Amino acid sequence: MSNRNTGLAVEADGLVRSFGSTRALDGLDLQVPAGTVYGLLGPNGAGKTTAVRVLATLLRPDGGRARVFGHDVVAEADAVRARVSLTGQYASLDEDLTGAENLVLLGRLLGLARPAARQRADQLLAAFGLTEAAGRQVKKYSGGMRRRIDIAASILNTPDLLFLDEPTTGLDPRSRNQVWEIIRAVVAHGTTVLLTTQYLDEADQLAGRIAVVDQGRVIAEGTPGELKSSVGSGTVHVRLRDAGERTRAEQVLRAALGVPVQLEADPVALTARVGEDGTDLEAGEQAARALGELARAGIVVDDFSLGQPSLDEVFLALTDHPAVGADERDDELEAAR
Amino acid sequence: MSDTATTTGRPPSVYVPSAEALATVLAPGERPPRPGALSASLTFGWRAMLKIKHVPEQLFDVTAFPIIMVLMFTYLFGGALADSPRDYLQFFLPGIMVTSVVMITMYTGVGLNNDIEKGVFDRIRTLPVWRPAALVGMIFGDVLRYVLAAVVILGVGLVLGFRPAGGPVGVLAGIGLLVIFSFAFSWVWTFFGLVLRSEKSVMGVSMMVLFPLTFLSNVFVDPVTMPGWLQAFVKANPVTHLVAAVRAAMAGSSDATNTMWLLLWSAGFVAVFGTLTMYRYNRR
Repeated sequence: MSNRNTGLAVEADGLVRSFGSTRALDGLDLQVPAGTVYGLLGPNGAGKTTAVRVLATLLRPDGGRARVFGHDVVAEADAVRARVSLTGQYASLDEDLTGAENLVLLGRLLGLARPAARQRADQLLAAFGLTEAAGRQVKKYSGGMRRRIDIAASILNTPDLLFLDEPTTGLDPRSRNQVWEIIRAVVAHGTTVLLTTQYLDEADQLAGRIAVVDQGRVIAEGTPGELKSSVGSGTVHVRLRDAGERTRAEQVLRAALGVPVQLEADPVALTARVGEDGTDLEAGEQAARALGELARAGIVVDDFSLGQPSLDEVFLALTDHPAVGADERDDELEAAR
Repeated sequence: MSDTATTTGRPPSVYVPSAEALATVLAPGERPPRPGALSASLTFGWRAMLKIKHVPEQLFDVTAFPIIMVLMFTYLFGGALADSPRDYLQFFLPGIMVTSVVMITMYTGVGLNNDIEKGVFDRIRTLPVWRPAALVGMIFGDVLRYVLAAVVILGVGLVLGFRPAGGPVGVLAGIGLLVIFSFAFSWVWTFFGLVLRSEKSVMGVSMMVLFPLTFLSNVFVDPVTMPGWLQAFVKANPVTHLVAAVRAAMAGSSDATNTMWLLLWSAGFVAVFGTLTMYRYNRR
């Protein structure tokens, strides 16, 4: 019997799932160590949501197999359901009901007697700063409050594994920070968290390990540090005063950095990845050198920055195609009918 | 001055997650035993009640619609088909009650289709409870609506002069049969609610099924005047059996043959469409 925070929380082998002609999962392998936050990173349509839905027993895979704490997600779906919770991308509560009613309802369905369910609901509402909103219909909640009540509902029975599907998409920065704090607290208390995100910085902030997903497959896996250094430690973004100088600036940058320089759609912008196989410190030195060379060449720079590679850049580096895609759940709803 | 304006309003309370507060709710407690099938279904039924409480407009179709049906058809056909609307009502009321309630069953499918479009069914389907509970509970909630519609129609009927010979016991027995059939028939709509693409298509299909089923029956007139092929359909129609059984009960007698047929049909609907529904529900 696997313990709630040792061993593997999730093991997936070659998961395949198609919706009509779209292959949402195309041989996805995954190993999530228990007791950690694990990030599935990828653009819309990469297969993240489908992967989570298969692991949460909502969808059957067409091929491959997956186990959650040793239980097969198809053959032992009930045993899996007893140990997991899902906070979907779309509000996974009854929006017509109040926050408190939703929590009491779920408490009852998880086997709590009515007084115990009420007490648990009050406790959760207080801990998530929703006591004032307890009697309001969920559809009247703000985006941040919705996320919080959703997560509160998911930890009602302190699950061993919590799926969070893009928990901060569409939230303002403050609400996003609140959700991050909550996720950190959840994992600190022994619940494994599998989170999907489109944002590298979110995965970086929270996840111990990350799997980069593209076209239904894991194309890279590792700690945030490993992933970033595989792509380069940073990206230099330059904006010139005069678009006519761009060709010259490109030559100067290429000579100074020794890496290819991309010309952006914006006619005054250029980017270059630095520190490909070096440290963050070297990346800084290279960037400083490049800025010096531009000044020496007499090219006026309006904006110059060194930043972490964005998801787009990680993608470009790993796949040679930019991170764009359709919304998977729409595909699924279309194809499921 | 602008300062006073902003400070007189309620200060926006900013939520700051506190480690201690979260710790109290995150401590793994003992897991309660999972609820039984009936308890889980009743809890889902409670959800349906809460929805009625918050969105009472949804009762419009079980109150206003039946009243319109009774008034419209009683005065439309009453004079032509019987000596007076009042005479016609004695024959017609059990039939229009059946028609209205059977028509309302389609909202089960519409509601389910709606629920699936939102995310709430994802959470429900990941709960470790008896699988059909969510749907059974939903239909429990609808049964309350059926009873309400039947009572409204009975009330209007009594005001217009309906005088059932069976008295309260006969009327209760008739409504009981109607509710049993409607519960069973609702499973047809849970299936279509799961299979069809949108609320509109559920409505479209249900109209195509419900109009022939309710009109091509013994609800409005005695089938003896109909051509033979139509009589054959009317005779096989479960709504005909239901109406005959309800009429008999409310008239103070009983119709064992039709009651038996209606119970068989009900069992059949649950067996066939209940199974299909659960297959779809588990397979998505």
